[in-house]
Amino acid sequence: MSDHQHPAIPVLTDEEKRRRDARSRALGLLLGGLAILFFIVTIAKLGGNVFNRPI
Amino acid sequence: MSLATDTSLSDDRVEAAGRPLAAQGAPRDYYELLKPRVMQLVIFTALTGMLTAGPHINPIIGFASLLAIAVGAGASGCLNMWYDAKIDALMTRTAKRPIPSGAVTSGEALAFGLTLSVGSVLFLGLITNWAAAAFLAFTIFFYVVIYTMWLKHATPQNIVIGGAAGAFPPMIGYMAVTGGFNLATVLQFLIIFIWTPPHFWALAIVKADDYARAGVPMLPVVSGGVETRKQILIYSVLLAIVGGLPTFFGFASWVYLVVATVAGAAMIWFSYDLFQKREGDAARKAAYRLFGFSILYLFGLFAVLLIEELVPLMPWSLHL
Repeated sequence: MSDHQHPAIPVLTDEEKRRRDARSRALGLLLGGLAILFFIVTIAKLGGNVFNRPI
Repeated sequence: MSLATDTSLSDDRVEAAGRPLAAQGAPRDYYELLKPRVMQLVIFTALTGMLTAGPHINPIIGFASLLAIAVGAGASGCLNMWYDAKIDALMTRTAKRPIPSGAVTSGEALAFGLTLSVGSVLFLGLITNWAAAAFLAFTIFFYVVIYTMWLKHATPQNIVIGGAAGAFPPMIGYMAVTGGFNLATVLQFLIIFIWTPPHFWALAIVKADDYARAGVPMLPVVSGGVETRKQILIYSVLLAIVGGLPTFFGFASWVYLVVATVAGAAMIWFSYDLFQKREGDAARKAAYRLFGFSILYLFGLFAVLLIEELVPLMPWSLHL
């Protein structure tokens, strides 16, 4: 740890960096999956009414 | 929760490292917090309950509902691990769980469990109905507060009453589709409810020392191995009877009755085998055999119920 770093900020080991990256990827996939799921469920709930609008 | 205020078991890890630590958990650790094997059972039984409502289920809404119920169950498992982390650390069976092993802090697990609980209940309510969402919320409350925080530490009947939480999913699944109850899913609830004690006590007999060390009043710890074996046998006989009820009430075919009868007889036989073997390696093996078979039993019965709901017009699906 260099003198310029704040002592309360964790210094990550390579393993910790790898796990953080894995968590970030998993969270990204999860959020993306949820967005797709919410969209599909919304369309399913609307059913045929999804086309019932003025063109 | 910050590292400075997190009073979890993982503080030991921070002290040992002598430096501030970042979150340690890999995605797999968070997945393990959801008790995935219990979730499999929940998905399977909730799907069976859901299909009991009939074939007119929107598959997308059905899938999303099942996902919400499974995540709700996982969230309650996560909150269970959060509350019992110190006990888990004392038992060989649970010492490697994410919190006692130091992969995830108590604070992280609490936040994860609460987020998933609220999210799953809201999602189920928005896509199906609020009665099903309230039932899911009640099930999470029952498992975390009634079972984990109270019964587990208070009475040897903990898993008998607490088993209701694991038995609710078929009723939640049906309610998600219809907004109400029916007798078929009440019977499915009863099967899981009666199944839980012999299933869990078989494991508790083997792990009695663990539970005693952790101060959990499981039946083998409080009343001893002989009384537990007797109770297992009684519950297995009850289970064999209750297991056949769906056919007699017209919710399943004679094929189901044959499977339930044979499997019920096997449950009784494995329980009797355990009843006879009181000491040593033979007793341990008998307990594990019963534990393993009980899982097969429940999956088997619900698999037949599920298949019969999926293909109700097959000749062998004719009801009595």
